[in-house]
Amino acid sequence: MSDTSPKPEATPDVAPIAALIDPMPAAPPRSQWLDVWDQFRRHKGAMAGAVVLILIILLVFVGPWFWPYEASHIDIRSRNQGPSWAHPMGTDQLGRDMLARLMAGGQTSVSVGITAMLLALFLGSLVGVLAGYFRRLDGLLMRLTDLFLALPLLPLMLVMVLLFRDKLNGAFGPETGIFILIVVAIGVTSWMPTARIVRGDVLALKEQEFVLAARSIGTTNLRMILRHVLPNVLSPIMVSATLGIANAIITESALSFLGLGFPPDFPTWGRLLFDATDYLQQHPERVFWPGLAISLTVLSANYLGDGLRDALDPRIRGR
Amino acid sequence: MLTFTIRRLVIAIPTLLFISLAIFLLLELAPGDPMAQVPLTVPPEVKAKMREALGLGEPVYIRFFKWIIQFFWVEPQVLIDNLLGTGFADGKLRILSWQTRSPVMDIVAQRLPQTLTVVGLSYVLGVLLAMPIGIYSAYRQYSFFDQIGTFISMVGYSVPTFFTGVLLIVIFSVTLGWFPSIYDTMHQVNDWDSLVIQIKQMIMPVSVLALYNAAQISRFMRASMLDNLNQDYVRTARAKGLSEKVVVLIHVLRNSMIPVVTVIALGVPQVFGGAIITEQVFKVNGLGHLLIGAIEANDLPMVQTLTFIFAVLIVLFNLIADVLYSLLDPRIRYE
Repeated sequence: MSDTSPKPEATPDVAPIAALIDPMPAAPPRSQWLDVWDQFRRHKGAMAGAVVLILIILLVFVGPWFWPYEASHIDIRSRNQGPSWAHPMGTDQLGRDMLARLMAGGQTSVSVGITAMLLALFLGSLVGVLAGYFRRLDGLLMRLTDLFLALPLLPLMLVMVLLFRDKLNGAFGPETGIFILIVVAIGVTSWMPTARIVRGDVLALKEQEFVLAARSIGTTNLRMILRHVLPNVLSPIMVSATLGIANAIITESALSFLGLGFPPDFPTWGRLLFDATDYLQQHPERVFWPGLAISLTVLSANYLGDGLRDALDPRIRGR
Repeated sequence: MLTFTIRRLVIAIPTLLFISLAIFLLLELAPGDPMAQVPLTVPPEVKAKMREALGLGEPVYIRFFKWIIQFFWVEPQVLIDNLLGTGFADGKLRILSWQTRSPVMDIVAQRLPQTLTVVGLSYVLGVLLAMPIGIYSAYRQYSFFDQIGTFISMVGYSVPTFFTGVLLIVIFSVTLGWFPSIYDTMHQVNDWDSLVIQIKQMIMPVSVLALYNAAQISRFMRASMLDNLNQDYVRTARAKGLSEKVVVLIHVLRNSMIPVVTVIALGVPQVFGGAIITEQVFKVNGLGHLLIGAIEANDLPMVQTLTFIFAVLIVLFNLIADVLYSLLDPRIRYE
């Protein structure tokens, strides 16, 4: 058959019926993410949260390059100083600059938060997608999720840190060892909410026509999940990600605060707060900065998560 | 309804068994040796005997089975004995702590009241505080009160208890000297003055936990009220000419309480877990403090039992939440 279709009979006299013409939108089409951004921008708390969070991360990772003091530099002659121009947050009992330690601690805390969140997100999405997509795995995986939700998490995390600290320290060195341990401890104990949400969304998604269409042209399960399912459950995963960072930072700080986190010479925000409580009578101001850093980071991450949830929810969007 | 409750109870048993097995196996990997404190001059034979006395000589599954028997069979008998003065548990071996060589459950029973007074009171206060805030915030959505309330609850939810606790200590103990920073468990209340002291030492730990709980619950309360305020039945109630008070406080509130009650029930075990940190901040001599001490001293029977008690609390309150949900909402009937 040739490509050139026969010309339709010319009917110049008859005007097309107005109702039969497809209405052409005047504005160019908008992508989904543009709508999301528009909604997100209107949420003041979320915008403020995003700005503060980015500022904190920049300060913590770029700040040390511009700051003359090393976090571990001991200057015993200038110990226990109050705030001054040289040391805006004072110095600790060994004369280490508190601002430098706060930034170094922030690097660890934020890295732990992000890495643990990624691990929890990976586990949660994996379990959620598998449980939602493969009917046979559903019962088993959801029982597993219920079981994990019934575990007393903080006590178990404390026990895990106690049990594996020395082994991992021996294998990877004291800093990397405890980093891996805490990230894994937080990751394997916080994937359950993500898994549940993702499973619910996948279950609903599986019944839609485009999945049937993709199936009918012979899409394999792997490609179906990667190409059609995952992009569509991205919004709950993104919300879980921001809330997960907040959760992971709090958990890490709590572990460090209980003395079962990072070693003393390796600052994190929780550890700094814990160390400062020993000098509560003499230098109460030392408690303030690490605590404020934790609170501000978590608060902004929570606001960001709230705003994202609203922006990504099509029922709220455009209202 | 009854069948549902019974079925859930039956499902809870394997869950609990599995959790106890998981905790047991995790602790099995513990590197610490309970004999580490014994002097080196003690000959190895004697050490082996001492190990056996601690119940360490036998294979894992026998020890697990023994622990299960002790926890689920012997300890309840001890409880009945103490309550009724009977002698069921005479001569039976109980779970012994390696630190003190005394039964774990006796120590738990000593520590439980401290945790319950502080945690329980703070939870009740938190709920009482959260409900009016949540209701009013939702009723006047986007008003000044709502903006402030939402912001404070977000802050209360984000700021960790170990920071609020330490901050309160700095302000009220170190600077102002109003309240003691350490909770005195031995303090006995027998007259007015000692009651005042007791209240003073309870104010800070209770308010820290209450603030955190109130922040979480008021967010749920507000969201739940908002969901209901736009429903058709509210318009109907108003159209009937009912007063605004009746509409909001009876019609809307009752329906909004359904999810909130389950959240409150589900939050109870979490509060026990979170209290570990608050107890550590204020040196409250409760269950959390006991757990941290046991972990640091490598007292495995104590850690095992305490962790399992926390697990039992979680499973129990999950069950309570499910049952409450179906009781409160007649549309939901699990059969």
